[in-house]
Amino acid sequence: MSARGLGVDGVVVRYPAVRRGAPAATAVAGVDLRVAPGEVLALLGPSGCGKSSLLRAVAGLEPLAAGAVTWDGVSVAGVPVHRRGFGLLFQDGQLFPHRDVAGNVAYGLAGRPRGEVAGRVEDLLAVVGLGGYGARAVATLSGGERQRVALARALAPAPRLLLLDEPLSALDRSLRERLALDVRAALLATGTTALFVTHDQDEAFAVADRVAVMAAGRLLQVDAPADLWRAPASRQVAAFLGYEAFVPLAAAPDPLRRFAGESGTLALAPGAFVVAPEGAGELVGTVRAVLTRRGRPALLVDVPGVGPVTALGAPADGAREGSTIALATDPSATATVPA
Amino acid sequence: MTLTTTRRAPTAPPEGTTVLAPGRRRAHGRGLRTLLWALAVAVPLAFLAVFFAWPVVVMLAKGFVVDGRLDLSGFADVFARPRTWRIVGLTLAQAGLATALSVLLGVPGAYVLHRRSFRGRAAVRALVTVPFVLPTVVVGVAFRSLLVEGGPLGFLHLDGTFAAIVAALVFFNYAVVVRGVGGLWERLDPRAEQAARALGASPWRAFRTVTLPALAPAIASSASLTFLFCATAFGTVLVLGGLQFGTIETEIWVQTTQFLDLRAAAVLSVVQLVVVAGVLTVAGRARTGRERALALGGERQGERPLTLRRTPGTAPGDGHALALGAAAVTAAVVVLLAVPLVNLVVRSLRVGDRWGLDHYAALSDEPAGVTVSVWTAALTSLRVAALATGIALVVGGLVALVLSRRPRRPAARRALSTMDAVVMLPLGVSAVTVGFGFLLSMHEPFGLHVDLRTSPLLVPIAQAVVAVPLVVRGVLPVLRAIDPRLREVAATLGAGEGRVLGTVDWPLVARPVGLAMGLAFAASLGEFGATSFLARPDAPTLPVVIFRLIGRPGPDSYGTALAASVVLAMLTAGVVAVCERLRSARGGLAVGGEW
Repeated sequence: MSARGLGVDGVVVRYPAVRRGAPAATAVAGVDLRVAPGEVLALLGPSGCGKSSLLRAVAGLEPLAAGAVTWDGVSVAGVPVHRRGFGLLFQDGQLFPHRDVAGNVAYGLAGRPRGEVAGRVEDLLAVVGLGGYGARAVATLSGGERQRVALARALAPAPRLLLLDEPLSALDRSLRERLALDVRAALLATGTTALFVTHDQDEAFAVADRVAVMAAGRLLQVDAPADLWRAPASRQVAAFLGYEAFVPLAAAPDPLRRFAGESGTLALAPGAFVVAPEGAGELVGTVRAVLTRRGRPALLVDVPGVGPVTALGAPADGAREGSTIALATDPSATATVPA
Repeated sequence: MTLTTTRRAPTAPPEGTTVLAPGRRRAHGRGLRTLLWALAVAVPLAFLAVFFAWPVVVMLAKGFVVDGRLDLSGFADVFARPRTWRIVGLTLAQAGLATALSVLLGVPGAYVLHRRSFRGRAAVRALVTVPFVLPTVVVGVAFRSLLVEGGPLGFLHLDGTFAAIVAALVFFNYAVVVRGVGGLWERLDPRAEQAARALGASPWRAFRTVTLPALAPAIASSASLTFLFCATAFGTVLVLGGLQFGTIETEIWVQTTQFLDLRAAAVLSVVQLVVVAGVLTVAGRARTGRERALALGGERQGERPLTLRRTPGTAPGDGHALALGAAAVTAAVVVLLAVPLVNLVVRSLRVGDRWGLDHYAALSDEPAGVTVSVWTAALTSLRVAALATGIALVVGGLVALVLSRRPRRPAARRALSTMDAVVMLPLGVSAVTVGFGFLLSMHEPFGLHVDLRTSPLLVPIAQAVVAVPLVVRGVLPVLRAIDPRLREVAATLGAGEGRVLGTVDWPLVARPVGLAMGLAFAASLGEFGATSFLARPDAPTLPVVIFRLIGRPGPDSYGTALAASVVLAMLTAGVVAVCERLRSARGGLAVGGEW
C-alpha cells in the first residue's frame, strides 16, 4: 500500500476516568486506515462508535494512547494541531461570532498579502455558492449557509487533509442531500483529501470514494460504496448499511436461494421484494402495514420463512392490513454475508 | 453553486502549513509555553500568598501564639463572653433576615425587569443597580440622613435600630438578587411553563412547580452572595449601628482599634472565616448548577410587554393578576430605593433653613479634623482605585484564564478546583482583618529591612486583594462558556495558542473584562474596611474622609459629609454607567459574568 497521504496505524484513544478509580473509556480500539491524496473517505458508524474520537485524534485534539498518525509516511505525533495542515469542520460549524463571513473565511489565511486574502476569500465563497456574502454577519445566516461558510473557511488555507465531523447532521433532510453533493463537488474542485465522518449511509455513499464502517472502536470494513453494498463483510456491516432481514441460506425460500452462493446468510434490503404484477408472483406475504417511502408506496409484509420486510410498490386495487399479496424478488437488493 | 465533477490533482502541502522539522525549535517553543503557563499560575498565587495569606496569618498569630507557642485558650475565653454570642447572633439574624427580604422582593423584580418589557425599563434597571455599587459608607450616611430626628422619616424613630440596618442591607443587595435571578430567567425556555399550563396547571401552580425549580440554582446562588455581603457588611453597619448593633466584621474592628484585644479579634476572624467558607461552599454548588442550566436556554424567547390592562384576546385568569402583583411590588421597591438617594441629594443642598451649595463649596476647604480637602481626597481615591484596578485585572485576569482551561488529567482538574476556592477566599475574609494584617506584616516583611507601611502602593494592593474575586467572577463564566471547539477550529486553521487567545478568547471576553474593570474600580473607590487601617493620615481616601466627617459634631461637618457622599456616589455610579454601556452594546456572547 502506498505510503502517500494519511496513514493511521493501530490508533487507540482512551478518555481518562471521570473520577479516581473509575475505568478509562476506550473510544478507539486499534484502527488502521489509509487515505490516498485526493481521496475522500467516509467513516461510517452508529453514534458512539468512536469515529469522532478517531477524527479528533487525527487532528491532534485527542492524545493517542497507542499507534501512530502519519502523513506521507512521516509521523505527525510531535506536530501541534495548528501546524499539521489538517483542516476541521464541525457539525455545527463553530463560526466565530465576532467576525463577519469574510473574516471567518480569512482566519486561516493570516500572514498572506491582503489582496491575495481577499481574492481567495471571494473564490472560496463562490465555490460554496455564497459569492458576495463576505460582509454578512454570521448571525444572519441560515443553518445551511453557516455550514457552507464553515466549509469555505476550512478549505481556504488549502489543508492537505480536511476532516469533516458530521458536517451535515444538524440540517434538515432535503438540505442535507443537496449539500452532500455540493460538499463532494467542492472537495473535488479543490482536490482536497478528506476524511468525512457520518452516521448516515446515504450521505457516506454520496460523498465518498471509499467508505470505512466502524463499530465499537474498530473498523469492520473499508470498500468503495458499490462493493460495500454488494458484499458486506459481516452481518453487522450489512445491518448498519440498511439490510433489514437475515435468513440462513439453507432456510431461505427457493426463489431467493438462486441469487446466493453456496453457504452463509442472505441479507435482504428494503426492495428485495416488490409487489408482483398480476399472476407473476413468486412468493406470498401478509400485509402488516401500508407505508410511504419518499412518496412511493411500500408495504410492510410478513413473508413466511423470512419475517417482516419492506416490499416496494402496491397492488393496483390497493392493499389492506391482513390481506395476502403476491411478491416478486429483486436480486440487486440482496447480498450474501458470512453466517 | 456549480457542480464540478472534474477532480483536480491533490494539492501539495501549502505554504505556511509546512510541517516543522522535529528538533530544537519545537522543544524550545514547548518550553516557553510551559514557562508562560507556570507564570500565569505562579504570579496570582504569589500575589495572594504575600498580600493576603501572609497578613491574615500574621494577624491570627498575634492572637493565638503566646511566647512562641500555640495557645488556643482564646477561643474558650472569647466564647465565654456574652458579647461574642450577641454579635454572632446579630450577624446571622441581620444577614438571614436581609437575605430573605432581598429574595422575596427580588424575585418579582427579576420577573418584571427581565421577563417583561416596558418603556423606561433600562432606566429602572440602572436605578436598581445604583445602590449595589454605592460605597457602604455612603449607604450608611444616606440612611441616617433619612432616619435621624428631623429627617423625613425621623418620626418612625428607626435611627440606630435593627430594622434600619436590615433595611439598608436589603437596599444594598436587592440588585444582587434581581440581576442574578433575572439573568437566568430571561434565558429560560418559556415552553416548559407553557407545557405545564396546557396540562391544566394554573399560572401560580405552573410558576411554583416549573419555573421556580428551574430558577432555584440562581436563587440559591444570589441568596448566598447576599448573605455573604450582609454577614461581612462593615461600613454601613458601622455608620448605622452605633454601639448597640454590629456584625462580626465591625466587632473585629472594635476589638482591634478600641479595645486593642488582638486575641478576640483573631478568634472572631476565624469564626467569620468558618461562616464564609460554609456560605461559599453553598454558593459554589449553586453556581455549577447555574452554569449547567445556562446551556439549556435560548435567549429572550419569553419576553412580553407589561401592560396594566389585560391584553385583548387573553382569557381572565391567565396570569395577568400575578404579573400586576409583581409589578406593584417592584414599583414600591423602586420608590423605596429612590427615597434615600433623593433625600441624600436634597439634604446636601439644605443649609440651615435655606437652600444652597455651601456644603459643596466647603469641599475645597480642609474641614476641621481632616488634613486634606474633600477634592484632594477624591483625587487620591481615583488614583488609588486606578492602581488597584490595574493590579486586580492582571491578577484576576490570569486566575480566570488559568481556571477556564480544561486539563485532561484528573489531578490537574482537582488542582484547578482547589485554586478556584482559594482565590475566592478574599471575598469572605474580613477586609478589616486584611487591613490590620497589612499593618502588622508589612513592617519589615519576611525580615527584610523595608517598611512597606509607608509605601503609597499599600492601599491599592489591599484594595486589589478585595477586588480580585470580583474580576474572576465577572470574567470566568464567560471564558468557560466559550465552546472549546471554537478554539480547536482556530488551531486547525493554523493559529497557535497565542493567536487563539488573541483572536478567539479576547474578542469574546473583552466586554466582560471592561465590565469587571468598572466594578473593580467602583469597589476600590468605595472600599472602607481595609483602607480605614491603611490610608495614611496625610492622604486619606474619600470614604475615610466621609467617615471622619460624620464622626465630628456640628451641622457643617455633617453637611460636608453629605455633599462628599453625593460626590462619591456620582463617581461610582458614573463609572458603572459607562461600563454598563459595554454590557448592552450589540453583538458578542449571550452569557454575561456573574454580576
